[in-house]
Amino acid sequence: METLITILAGVLVTVATYFLLSKSVIRVILGTAILSHAAHLMIMTMGGLKGGVVPLLDGEEQGPYVDALPQALILTSIVIGFAVTALSLVLAYRTYQETGTDNLDELRGNKHE
Amino acid sequence: MNNLLVLPMALPVLAGIILIFFRNQIKLQRGISLGVSFANIGIAIYLLNRIQEEGILRLDFGGWEPPFGILFVADSFSVILVLITSIVAAICLLYAFSSIGKSHEKMLFYSFVNFLIAGVNGSFLTGDLFNLYVNFEVMLLASYVLIALGGKKIQLRESIKYVVINVLSSWFFLIAIAYLYGSVGTLNMAHISERIAESGQTPLLTGISMVFLTVFALKSGLLLYFWLPGSYSVPPTAVAALFGALLTKVGIYAIIRVFTLFFYHDPDFTHTIIGILAGVSLIGGSIGAVAYKDIRQIVSYNVVIGVGFILIGLSVGTQAALEGSIYYLMHDMIVKALLFLLAGTMIKVAGSASMDEMSGLIRNYPLFGWLFFIVMISLAGMPPLSGFIGKVLIGQGTVETGSYVLLALAFLSSIVVLYSLLRIFLNCFWGETMISFEDEVPMKMGWLIPCVLLSAATIGLGLGTEVFAPYVSDAANTLLNPQIYIDAILYDK
Repeated sequence: METLITILAGVLVTVATYFLLSKSVIRVILGTAILSHAAHLMIMTMGGLKGGVVPLLDGEEQGPYVDALPQALILTSIVIGFAVTALSLVLAYRTYQETGTDNLDELRGNKHE
Repeated sequence: MNNLLVLPMALPVLAGIILIFFRNQIKLQRGISLGVSFANIGIAIYLLNRIQEEGILRLDFGGWEPPFGILFVADSFSVILVLITSIVAAICLLYAFSSIGKSHEKMLFYSFVNFLIAGVNGSFLTGDLFNLYVNFEVMLLASYVLIALGGKKIQLRESIKYVVINVLSSWFFLIAIAYLYGSVGTLNMAHISERIAESGQTPLLTGISMVFLTVFALKSGLLLYFWLPGSYSVPPTAVAALFGALLTKVGIYAIIRVFTLFFYHDPDFTHTIIGILAGVSLIGGSIGAVAYKDIRQIVSYNVVIGVGFILIGLSVGTQAALEGSIYYLMHDMIVKALLFLLAGTMIKVAGSASMDEMSGLIRNYPLFGWLFFIVMISLAGMPPLSGFIGKVLIGQGTVETGSYVLLALAFLSSIVVLYSLLRIFLNCFWGETMISFEDEVPMKMGWLIPCVLLSAATIGLGLGTEVFAPYVSDAANTLLNPQIYIDAILYDK
């Protein structure tokens, strides 16, 4: 199971790298969103995917439970990733309004203006 | 009384939140922000002295004993950095009061500065790896807003690049944490260190250390500095000074912490790589610093040179070299803030960022010109000023271990720093005046006083080396003997 998820994360990273290197700002932002998915999958996998029940103490089932720590880490990092994605989307929108382009080549601009 | 440890982070966070409710009361905004910085200076000095007497202090949040909870750790190294951060922040705020403009101040500028400082202080104090990540994000999100605030075309353009590069480095950080958690099964820094020492630093762990190096190199501009000159030349002067003084230094702190606490078992490999990276960034920064005629670019490349210089001390890794790195880190934070403030003020009074379009400024602004002279010789490392002792100690370390290539690079780069700034000084301050006394932009006291204060700080740090010596040698000693740190965290009931 770990191998499968690792391969999946690898595929996501490949796609995201391709997106990050493209010219459109929106595709770059989509790339960062996909990257964060890959990171979250990796954290989950690194905590171990051995069979176990949901870590809820008042549940009917008795242990062994799955590792609860990576889940907390992922939850934190999802929220952070969400905030950063929202900010970068608004930034891209403002840049489009201001400069009239979302092509990163055109956004290079004249260095000494 | 250990609860004091949380204040350098909690005070700015609280102030930032409170100030959101008083958007239009600018006086209140200024007062509270400055008050918080002064309070932090006091707390940091008090903590430094307590650490001298009682050893490393720690604060377990919620009473959870390490390694199970999150905790703040105050050793001399982190508290020295908190102290310098608070001083620099207070002075940059003073500069912002008279330069940033009403439109910024009403758009929650001071809230974001406070959040930035909270993130920086939290990164210095935390004792938990994932908490370090969160603090980095607090700092970075505030910096994204500060770099884009104002919404000029060039700011938006550069902030997109800045955000994307930092999202990428945060991703590397998450991956590195995931791998390390998978290998050692803990996130508490002292506990990680102990587990790595028990199992030995396997090639896998050395590989993970390289991922960490990538992350922090991206944050601090060690070799991977391609994003830095662009991003640091677009925000308003006070913000650029805060960035130049604080942001890259957090990356440097993290590199030093990680490679002295976790991955110190295979220095032949890891520390050699750090040395190579530092050497190459010295060369690259030097080329950049002499290549441009835009003052902001020259100043930004000087940041890169500073980063390379500090990390040579880590790569050498003797007591003297680490002390040198700490001295130089303190000096660099103060002097880079001063350099950015002076460069920004020059651009404001001359109306242009190009060296060719200003000359003879010293006739209009004599005091200002001599302040630039002070920062120049301080950065180059002239004896009475603060850059000297750090350079000597790092030099001593490289001689002790026989790394003559690094020694040569380090001191040649000092000449380049001197040359690049001397070029600004001769071109812009000497020569015929181009501003007649009638058209000159009046130099506000609010611009001059912060620069004078920072110059006084660099002179004070240079003359008062003896005063700082016990704290710095304690910091270097803790860095060299991770067992002191581990004992204070895990075995001190």
